[in-house]
Amino acid sequence: MMSIEGFFDIALIIALVALATGQILSMVRLVIGPTTGDRILALDTMVINALGLIIVLGIHQGVKVYFEVALLVAMLGFVSTVALARFLLRGDIIE
Amino acid sequence: MSLLLVVALPFFGALLPGVMNSAGRAACAGVTFTVSLIAFIGLLTNLPTVLAGEVVTARVEWIPALGLNFTLMLDGLGFFFAFLILGIGLLIITYGRHYLSRDDNMGEFFTYLLLFQGAMVGIVLSDNVLLLLVFWELTSLSSFLLIGYWKHLPEGRQGARMALAVTGMGGLAMIGGMLILGQIVGSYDLSVILQNRALIQADPLYVPALILILLGCFTKSAQFPFHFWLPHAMAAPTPVSAYLHSATMVKAGIFLMARMWPVLSGTPEWFVIVTTAGLITMVLGAVIALFKHDLKALLAFSTVSHLGLITMLLGTGTAFGAMAAVFHILNHATFKAALFMSAGIVDHEAHTRDIRRLGGLRRLMPVTFGIATLAALSMAGIPFLNGFLSKEMMLEEATHTMLFGSEWLVPVLATVGSLFSAAYCFRFIGHTFLGPVRDDYPHKPHDPGAGMWVPPAILVTLVVVIGVAPFLVQDFVFLVAKAVIGDVAMLEVKYIKIWHGLVPALYMSIIAVVGGLALMLIYKPLLKVWETTPRPEAKVIFEAIVEAAARMAQSIIHPLHNGSFTRYAMIGLVAMIAAGYHAWTTGTVAEPVRELQAAGAVPIAGWGMLVAATAGLVLLHRNRLLALILIGIVGLMVSIGFVYLSAPDLAMTQFTVEVVTIILLLLALNFLPNQTPVESTVLRRIRDAAVAVAGGLATFALAYHYMLREAVTTPISEFHLANSYKGGGGTNVVNVILVDFRGFDTYGEIIVLGIAALLIYALTESLLNGPVRRRLLNRVPDQPRAGDMHPMMMVVLTRVIMPVVLLVGFYIFLRGHNEPGGGFIAGLIVSIAVVMQYMASGFAWTSARLRYPYHGVIGAGVLVAGFTGIGSWFVAQPFLTSAFTYVRIPPFDKFELATAALFDLGVFLAVVGAVMLSLESFSRLARRADMPDAEFPMDIDPSRSDPPPVQTAELKEGN
Repeated sequence: MMSIEGFFDIALIIALVALATGQILSMVRLVIGPTTGDRILALDTMVINALGLIIVLGIHQGVKVYFEVALLVAMLGFVSTVALARFLLRGDIIE
Repeated sequence: MSLLLVVALPFFGALLPGVMNSAGRAACAGVTFTVSLIAFIGLLTNLPTVLAGEVVTARVEWIPALGLNFTLMLDGLGFFFAFLILGIGLLIITYGRHYLSRDDNMGEFFTYLLLFQGAMVGIVLSDNVLLLLVFWELTSLSSFLLIGYWKHLPEGRQGARMALAVTGMGGLAMIGGMLILGQIVGSYDLSVILQNRALIQADPLYVPALILILLGCFTKSAQFPFHFWLPHAMAAPTPVSAYLHSATMVKAGIFLMARMWPVLSGTPEWFVIVTTAGLITMVLGAVIALFKHDLKALLAFSTVSHLGLITMLLGTGTAFGAMAAVFHILNHATFKAALFMSAGIVDHEAHTRDIRRLGGLRRLMPVTFGIATLAALSMAGIPFLNGFLSKEMMLEEATHTMLFGSEWLVPVLATVGSLFSAAYCFRFIGHTFLGPVRDDYPHKPHDPGAGMWVPPAILVTLVVVIGVAPFLVQDFVFLVAKAVIGDVAMLEVKYIKIWHGLVPALYMSIIAVVGGLALMLIYKPLLKVWETTPRPEAKVIFEAIVEAAARMAQSIIHPLHNGSFTRYAMIGLVAMIAAGYHAWTTGTVAEPVRELQAAGAVPIAGWGMLVAATAGLVLLHRNRLLALILIGIVGLMVSIGFVYLSAPDLAMTQFTVEVVTIILLLLALNFLPNQTPVESTVLRRIRDAAVAVAGGLATFALAYHYMLREAVTTPISEFHLANSYKGGGGTNVVNVILVDFRGFDTYGEIIVLGIAALLIYALTESLLNGPVRRRLLNRVPDQPRAGDMHPMMMVVLTRVIMPVVLLVGFYIFLRGHNEPGGGFIAGLIVSIAVVMQYMASGFAWTSARLRYPYHGVIGAGVLVAGFTGIGSWFVAQPFLTSAFTYVRIPPFDKFELATAALFDLGVFLAVVGAVMLSLESFSRLARRADMPDAEFPMDIDPSRSDPPPVQTAELKEGN
């Protein structure tokens, strides 16, 4: 019978591996495109995966500060996606 | 009044005219006058002590380790010069108030003038040669600003540049000379140097020191062959010419020769160099002056000539010569300043300074005529005016001077100089004021208001009083002369007399005056001869030399410094690799002490993505947008890497910087085509790739090497870790390093950041005010535009997020000292929150709601940080010493109050200001003529009853 901690560790590792795989797949999507819209979407997905990675790392290492980094990434990652999307649609991001 | 205050007053006072500028011209001039007057009175309070033969001193330690201290002394010589500078300064300020027109920025003018005045007083009162050099350079700088005051005149700018180049070069030479003197004596204190005549003159380095110092003096005092800058400096407004280029600044070189007279003079080298230069300058200046048609040019060359006369007197090395020099400095200052002011009046009233277009002003401007004539006759050496007395002394001294083994060389040349001097004085009077009244003046001349003629009238009164009753000033002149001579020689003259009997000097005077009149009679044919003789033109030669120097510098620098970043990166990288290789092959290498650790799957995946993104960037970099997205990935992966390696601070900074960079680059991409053209050859790319790979491998090798070994010396990080809480009161070492241990660096960095942002702003402004403006406004986007300008969804979302982001920023700022965060990250976060509003509702709508300009925010940040640093002075600590304490306000926990937090606030403000100013500048460039200024935050708003604006043209394009 496996202990709770051991189970928890395995769950975390699975999560990490899943997120890393997701990251790699998004990256592939980013490279093959084919449109710029796909690429921006891929970048946005990568930001969300990164968010997951940071949180899981935080749980894994037991450090609270990582959640704040995650908070920042969540808030600001949105801004860069919006900026890129605006650029694609309008050319000028502040008009 | 303390000497320190006398010197400091003009500098502090220089702030006032600018502030008073909006209060009107009278207030502006009034405050300048008051400042000078207080300094002048302060100087006079020291008069009794000086008259008693004592030396007043004041001392403040500045950088004792370098021998550079703020020491001042006031003896007869210093008092004499300071009196001239401040006294004539008062007259010039009065005159300048009425001379400048309404279009001139008076505050700027008087600010420069006071700066100059302070620097000049500093020179004459310094008791430390290094301090003297500081003030010396300050006069060069402020005179540069004053000569170029009328920025719209190319002559003014060129003249200012020439004056700065010549006097600045001389100043550099003088620094060398002064340092040698200091080394010989072992002290930079002037009073010590002055007592070591024998030591200095016996030293083998005496001649180099002498030549270097004389270079400084000759350039400043416009001695041959450096005399050419002075006439070109006459493009300055006349008050400046009268003040700097006749009464004060050009006398600085002479002052220094007089100051150094006790230790430097008396040797054959001094005698030959100084006397010859003086003599040539005197004759040359006088001859050229006679043929100048511009009133101010005539006066400029006459000043050159008189400076030569004084230099020659100092060069003779006798006590009588020194006394005559002092007396002539006084006399020249009075009549020449009066003459310049008269020339300015003529220019001001008749709108021309060309003698050929003047004449007959005697009847139209009787007051000016009286003043100018008396002053000019004094300069010509007519009895009962002060110029006569000192000129007689000069001729007297000349008859006793033997140069190059010839008894008659100096007297003859001195007489020739005086003759031409008399001639141009007569021309000045005759061709400007005498003769018939003309009817073709550019402007109907008449006497000016009292404000303009009273200052020169006061000076002319002095000219007459000294000329008639020299005994009034003789004690003072002797006192000053004794201060010049020191205890090197004895002054044997007891009185200054008008009548010496039938001595050779009198005959020489008579020859000069009669000869001068005779020259005037044959002036026309003489002028023809002069105009047909070829002469070297100093300005052309000077510009050719500058051009050649610039070309040479360019040919050396250009291969290295051609503006291409690739080139710099390559040079830097190759140099570093070479240095590293050298260290590796010649140094000792320690054994590795650490084990390699195994890498997990996740780090390898992250590393692989980083490598893949970088490689993809290299492959796809010609597509600019794609390159930007890939850069975003690299940044993201690096941030995750920082988190993984337990550096959340760095991760936060990296990520926020990444977002700001993307926004900034997107704004720039708007102006660039989507694809970068291929510009480099294949060979070149292979070369660059080779260098890049070598650099990468070298970095890898270095990191690998160090990670396996202990550092050779204890890294400073251990000190930081140990002292962060104890000394800085914070547990976040990174933040404590930034705001405390290395606070001074951070202070410098925020200033640089602010300057960079202001430069971006300035560049944008100049672009928008230039010819590019039209093209920018009328540019048509190359791609169809889709959707709304300001979509509702985005507006609502950003408004909701705004307070949240601000709160997070505030939180991160506050707890920065102990946990990851701090002013820098908080600043970036807040900027992003504001930029979101710009993106959502547009530039016009957002900036209309902006309450504080970003420049102000940057300035406030730098000031807050600076004042926090200065605050520690009040508790007698060095700049930026931080203090902290723990406070407990009941329902809350104990918390810390640190001055470092205030400093961090400065950092925060500077970052917000800098980021926003640069983003705003970029988006300002993107404004187009066809873009309506949005009145509402969003284009389609269901709560508004008016019909939504239809963007037909754009929509069509989009479909």
